[in-house]
Amino acid sequence: MDFLRNSVLTLIVFLPLVGSVIVMLMPKEDTKRIKQFSIMWSFIPLALSTWLAIDYWIRFLAHGSGGMAYDVNLSWISALGVNYHIGADGLSIPLIFLTALLSFLGVYYSTRVIRKRVKEFFVLFLFLATGMFGVFVALDLILFYVFWEIGLVPMYFLIGIWGQAKDRPQYAAMKFFLYTLAGSVFMLLAIIGVYLSTGTFDIIKAAQIGVWTDWPLAASLSFWAFLIAFAIKVPSFPFHTWLPDAHTAAPTAGSVILAGVLLKLGAYGILRILLPLFPQAFAQYGWIVALLGVIGIVYGAFVSLAQTDLKRLIAYSSVSHMGYVMLGIGATAVALNMKGQEGMLKNATMAFDGAGLQMFMHGIITGALFFLVGVIYERAHTRELAKFGGLSTMVPVFYGTMMFAGFASLGLPGLSGFWAEFFVFRGAFGIVPVLATVGVIGIVITAAYILYRIIQNVFLGEYVAKKWDHWTTVYGEHVSGPTDMETFEKVTLWPLVALMILLGIFPSLILNFFNQTAVDILSRLF
Amino acid sequence: MNASEIIRWLSPELILLITGFVVLGADLAMRRRDEGRTAAVIALIGLVLALIMALLLAMNNPATIVASTFAVDPYSSFFKVLAIIAVSLVVLSSMSFMKGKSRYLGEYYALLVFVTLAVSIAVSATNLLLVYLGIEFLSITSYILTGFLRNDRRSEEAAIKYFLYGASAGAVMLYGISLVYGATGSTDLVAVGELMKAATGPEHLLGVAAIVLLLGGFGFKASLVPFHQWAPDTYDGAPTPVTAFLATASKAAGFAVAGRVFITAFPQFTTDWMAILGSLAILTMTVGNLTALKQHSVKRMLAYSSIAQAGYIVLGLAAYNPSGGTFTGINGMLIYLFAYLFTNIGAFFVVLAVERYAGSSEFSTFKGLGKRAPGLALLMTVFMLSLAGIPPTGGFLGKFYVFAAVVEKHLLVLAAIAAVNAIIAAFYYMNVIRLMFFQDSEDEAPLQVSSALNLSLVVSAVMVLVIGILAQPFIAWAVESVQMVNTRGF
Repeated sequence: MDFLRNSVLTLIVFLPLVGSVIVMLMPKEDTKRIKQFSIMWSFIPLALSTWLAIDYWIRFLAHGSGGMAYDVNLSWISALGVNYHIGADGLSIPLIFLTALLSFLGVYYSTRVIRKRVKEFFVLFLFLATGMFGVFVALDLILFYVFWEIGLVPMYFLIGIWGQAKDRPQYAAMKFFLYTLAGSVFMLLAIIGVYLSTGTFDIIKAAQIGVWTDWPLAASLSFWAFLIAFAIKVPSFPFHTWLPDAHTAAPTAGSVILAGVLLKLGAYGILRILLPLFPQAFAQYGWIVALLGVIGIVYGAFVSLAQTDLKRLIAYSSVSHMGYVMLGIGATAVALNMKGQEGMLKNATMAFDGAGLQMFMHGIITGALFFLVGVIYERAHTRELAKFGGLSTMVPVFYGTMMFAGFASLGLPGLSGFWAEFFVFRGAFGIVPVLATVGVIGIVITAAYILYRIIQNVFLGEYVAKKWDHWTTVYGEHVSGPTDMETFEKVTLWPLVALMILLGIFPSLILNFFNQTAVDILSRLF
Repeated sequence: MNASEIIRWLSPELILLITGFVVLGADLAMRRRDEGRTAAVIALIGLVLALIMALLLAMNNPATIVASTFAVDPYSSFFKVLAIIAVSLVVLSSMSFMKGKSRYLGEYYALLVFVTLAVSIAVSATNLLLVYLGIEFLSITSYILTGFLRNDRRSEEAAIKYFLYGASAGAVMLYGISLVYGATGSTDLVAVGELMKAATGPEHLLGVAAIVLLLGGFGFKASLVPFHQWAPDTYDGAPTPVTAFLATASKAAGFAVAGRVFITAFPQFTTDWMAILGSLAILTMTVGNLTALKQHSVKRMLAYSSIAQAGYIVLGLAAYNPSGGTFTGINGMLIYLFAYLFTNIGAFFVVLAVERYAGSSEFSTFKGLGKRAPGLALLMTVFMLSLAGIPPTGGFLGKFYVFAAVVEKHLLVLAAIAAVNAIIAAFYYMNVIRLMFFQDSEDEAPLQVSSALNLSLVVSAVMVLVIGILAQPFIAWAVESVQMVNTRGF
């Protein structure tokens, strides 16, 4: 057991890379074996991360602790004091599980719908997982940076090669790459700054020593360099313009990973690095983060409402939903400035919890929504909302699944999205009441675009065959009208729906992780 | 110091000298029957022997000066090793590339060996006159190599251009040397450093003028803006293996000499030359990158990219930190140059493979390379990512080290400009990947690569990744190698 505990994170991170190399060595004509292997192989991290979550629950959460566990700390580049230092706590474990789940479902779904350049697709998709897992476990800034950048490359390929020609995938891929790189190059300078100030790249040690405590200007500059890199990735308004292009152009599984996991890397980075390393600067500028979050919520929701393309609509809804995360994080930081006031730690913890929950819930819900777009797109070969209508009776299973995901997305009580928004606003009201009030507008508009643009436009009303007569089955055979979800689509989507319901009823299953770690992190700062 | 000791200290150079003549003789004996194969193999053997001797000398000996003018120290050994590796790879790649392109392949390989000798003399010189001789030796052999394809007008044009610029740059440098001599009465680097110590007022100005003029010569070799105008056409027109040499080892020699001369002979002027080099770094990065954006052929784009890369490399000298610490600037320069050697050589070799097949390296010839030659495209991806500074490649480690030195010196504006440049550059590097993998070509025929070229490509790519991932020994070596001779020759 101890052996597994010491190596589980390393296995989760590097097994996908090993799998990627194995697929690379397989003959490219043998697509069937490549697909079978990829499914089996990507199940291993899912199994390991499930075990990880249960083990952590039993050993830590059950005893009221949310600290760092499963540490491995080996010297990597001793001349610089760079270590292979990894670990996981209640903040990272749910996200590791989310990554494993969406990667597995993405691989499974793709084995059925990816037809061109199959081998390359799975090589890259498995490789991508290594970058994402790595970011969630890294406790050394250089290690973090390496994983952060590694993930860019496979996603660049996934968007560029398997995107639909009409969505300008090459442009979108380049935009995605350059935007993220633009942020991360400056982050690298800030990482160097942290090292020059503290003499270590270790996140935990640097937090103990304190970064640029003697030089506020350097602290501010480093803080902003990190923040902009993370805000681009989240993406927070005004850095969001790469997102609609990339999400729309990417193949279905790529969009799922982009929205479900990659966006969380930015928010995770803020909580893991900025909050402990720059508490003063963050407390000072936290209101800007909260403000950007609120602008994102409202602006993203309005822009979603105006979209005519289903996938683009959901892409913009991510801007809006990640705004809740930013609001929660920003509110947490602002609370550091109001330490004296009663109940402030509680408010901050709730806002932190809300941000964490929203990261996880958004991953599941938007992941499902992008899969659902894939389902309809594979049949209709269009995503124009104007061309749909009246599908509810023809594809009832698809309709029902979309209802669950849509309602979860707009925060209907009883489904998982509700709890995330509840905690964000409950926490934020006590800290930044005005901003939180404005943010509530977003919930109303979200309901509008989900109900009006998606449910009503696509499913209700009259089905007019003339509007769109180019239907195929998901396997490409021509048919006269829409066909309902196939088994593999149900297998992909229903686990996500089940999670939405389960976490809607028992949010504490996930909340416990975030909450205990929030207490752990914030009690050190308060 | 007796004769046998001198022979031992100079053994890498002597081996190279002998090898050069043996190559010529062997070619004469073979009467060009085997298309230079024997010559190439002999050259390779000689290079490997010289590499071994250089490493042995570097390992168990402190810094020594031979004949008052020639340093055998960790610094010069580092650059010797670098140059020998570069030329070995160039020889390997030439075995297929030059076949049938020239009748004088024996001379070609002999010149490649001599050019290595020139680099090792230049990087070891501790006397301004020997510096001048070494650089001129390097230049003249390079001119001939550049114009080696006598039937190719672009190759001729490249050589003429290179020669005209080189002659002027050499003259300017010589003028700088004469100023130094006039001021101090010495050409020995350490002696100059001591004699210039008290320079104030007009003498100080004289020193600055000498630095600028000397930089004309070094900057020419290192292709720093504004001494770079020769580079694009020369890189484009020269036989591609020679281009790979010019863009790596020859450039490294320029940096090596600049580092040694400025640090040893002008320690009192550190702020001056750091400011000058910092401005040149900004110019070089920006001009190189912005021009590279506009190119339509991969080879020409790489030519401008290697100008831009020179801008990053010189950051190391511009942020030189004599008091030590983790990032002394100069160690960043060495790490950068070593990683850059394999990256750029590899990239030019991919161009070479495509050129050999398609006749040019226009962007259109790279389309669909991911399908036609997946291995080649994958290697090119590694090289492009390394040039763009994406981890875990060697290029990232180099950028990290020079950026860190700049930040440590609190040159934040310089750091910001360098960072913006890194983003601009990423566009055109990623663009090559886009062409190879996202675009389809009409010609779907698979592309064959000769085994010698394959070997040098794989070696380069593996080294790029090894430097990035198992960085520790390379960093240790580079840190060790910043030591230069600081005793006076007499």
